[in-house]
Amino acid sequence: MSTLTPAGTRTSTMAQALNAALRDSLREDPAVHLLGEDVGALGGVFRITDGLTAEFGADRCLDTPLAEAGILGTAIGMAMYGLRPVVEMQFDAFAYPAMEQLVSHVAKMRNRTAGRMPLPITIRIPYGGGIGGVEHHSDSSEAYYAGTPGLHVVTPATVQDAYGLLRASIASDDPVVFLEPKRLYWSKGELDPAAAVSAAAEPIGKAVLRRTGRSAVLITYGPSLPVCLEAAEAAAAEGWDLAVLDLRTLVPFDDRTVCEVVRSLGRAVVVHESTGFGGVGAEIAARVTERCFHHLAAPVLRVTGFDIPYPPPMLEHHHLPGVDRILDAVARLQWEG
Amino acid sequence: MTVLDHRPTASVPGWLPGATGPRTDPAPLLPDPSPVRLLGTPDLEKADPALLLDLYRRLVVGRRYNQQATTLTKQGRLAVYPASTGQEACQVAVGAVLQPQDWLFPSYRDTLAVVSRGVDPLEALTLLRGNAHTGYDPVATRTAPLCTPLATQAPHAVGLAHAARLRGEPVVALAMLGDGGTSEGDFHEALNFAAVLNAPVVFLVQNNGYAISVPLTQQSAAPSLAHKAVGYGMPGRLVDGNDAPAVHAVLAEAVERARSGGGPTLVEALTYRLEAHTNADDATRYREDAEVAAWREHDPILLLERQLRSSGLLDDAVATAAVEQGEELAARMRAEFHAEPELDPTSLFRHVYAEPTQQLQEQAAQLAAELAAEAAR
Repeated sequence: MSTLTPAGTRTSTMAQALNAALRDSLREDPAVHLLGEDVGALGGVFRITDGLTAEFGADRCLDTPLAEAGILGTAIGMAMYGLRPVVEMQFDAFAYPAMEQLVSHVAKMRNRTAGRMPLPITIRIPYGGGIGGVEHHSDSSEAYYAGTPGLHVVTPATVQDAYGLLRASIASDDPVVFLEPKRLYWSKGELDPAAAVSAAAEPIGKAVLRRTGRSAVLITYGPSLPVCLEAAEAAAAEGWDLAVLDLRTLVPFDDRTVCEVVRSLGRAVVVHESTGFGGVGAEIAARVTERCFHHLAAPVLRVTGFDIPYPPPMLEHHHLPGVDRILDAVARLQWEG
Repeated sequence: MTVLDHRPTASVPGWLPGATGPRTDPAPLLPDPSPVRLLGTPDLEKADPALLLDLYRRLVVGRRYNQQATTLTKQGRLAVYPASTGQEACQVAVGAVLQPQDWLFPSYRDTLAVVSRGVDPLEALTLLRGNAHTGYDPVATRTAPLCTPLATQAPHAVGLAHAARLRGEPVVALAMLGDGGTSEGDFHEALNFAAVLNAPVVFLVQNNGYAISVPLTQQSAAPSLAHKAVGYGMPGRLVDGNDAPAVHAVLAEAVERARSGGGPTLVEALTYRLEAHTNADDATRYREDAEVAAWREHDPILLLERQLRSSGLLDDAVATAAVEQGEELAARMRAEFHAEPELDPTSLFRHVYAEPTQQLQEQAAQLAAELAAEAAR
């Protein structure tokens, strides 16, 4: 554990935890450099970089021109020279111009150079809906990233994970797409930074059971975790004792933990905001079915956003998976058999 | 003392209603409308004879490299070779101008520049042979992988140069592009970032007139590609890309400017691709023979050799030595590439991540089992 990481537990929002993770990473490793749009004086549109330019200077936390491919391309060059850049994309749907740099270079450079040129870049992207954003501000783009070999895809759902997983992502020698569920930015929880960075406390690639149960498991991540926990509470009243599994990392995928839980319970529902067709949930349902078929009492079901462009904010609650839709899926898990 | 905090542009002074005129004077940034030439001009007398002979030797060896790689491709020994035949003056000037600590960011047509920079000529060709991606060590050679997606390497040069500047190290990054590449968004973003960050970068655009088949007139309506520099607030320079001493001089000035903190430069070199785009291309569908013939008369080797012979710098002994060096290299290429490469299928999983994921370990085991079954058959 680093001597620079503050000890003790405090109540924090997810936004504050992310800010603390960036600050502590900047303090501990001079190679860490932040860059993005409005990350300087403003502290980012979500204030995740609040105060960092003031504390570390523009050399370490840089307001760039407004061009996402240029930001990520510049970060690649910085990483080639031995720095450890952390890039902020302002919103999910504004990250698409950087897609070519991400797919053709960030994801492939280690492979293209036989391991000689790794790119330890963290790309932070606020994602998902539920904040009343107008179009292009609420996309769930994780399937694009998860489908690109060479990237790690990480998404926290708790305050403690926001800190721990971001620290681990920045420390990783592989590039990480770090998806921040923007509707959880203001959620509160306990933060213990020292515990988060202590050995293997928050490893990338490890799912965690947020709620134990005996009937079925809800498999989820990021913004859908609180919804699933709420659904599990509601289900208890109807006689279902639901477990809730938080994946935390989409790539590398924790097959082992997922399969252990599914095999022990025999029923599973995958829940995410993103569209269903070709989504991460489809991959999970397929993997679970391939590996756990003889333990399943019912097909693996998915509760996802509809296969539509993200709706206008006044209609988004119809699109987002909610407690009722999750409970409907649980009810369809062939209990009568 | 930080690098960026003390930029004069930290805020916009006097940003009040009524502000008029450009924020900086564009005149010094404008390229001279006639391309810089040294061959056949009195200015050449100032050039170092040793440099001229070095450029000549590099050109002759480089042409032979291009020819041999093209032949090997026709023989099926390379998967593809985008030749820089006719553009060697740009290619070798880059190799001659960069210092060991500098970085090169080449495009796929710049294998010769990579070799001229000092990368092993055979390692530089693994990508195009098809047995591996980048065959050389990009960190040890300070040469980024040959970049196929157009202009996407340009922002990398900016970021690397910026990082070096943050560390106070006198490193210059040189990015090589083509005329087609200047239409890409990444070209624009790279130049804009470079100028805003005052990064020590040189952008060399080899304008060979065609992006595969599309002529420059359909690529850009700018007065010249070098003029684009003005819009970013950096100087643009136009040079005869087949005049090797001129390309070297213009690049040397830009590199020195970058190294001394003067910021980036855009250089447009006017040149011509004498071969087709690749072996899969048919240039007769979009170019007139007369045009190719005219450029053959403006061949970079021809131009320099004529000048060096007339000034008495080049004799038969030096010329023969250069040809022999080229033949030695060509023989080495034939020996290497006529042999079958050693391939290791299990290497496919080795460098995807720092540590292979559980899933990749399973897939590697699957491939190993397939290979074992194949061997047992």
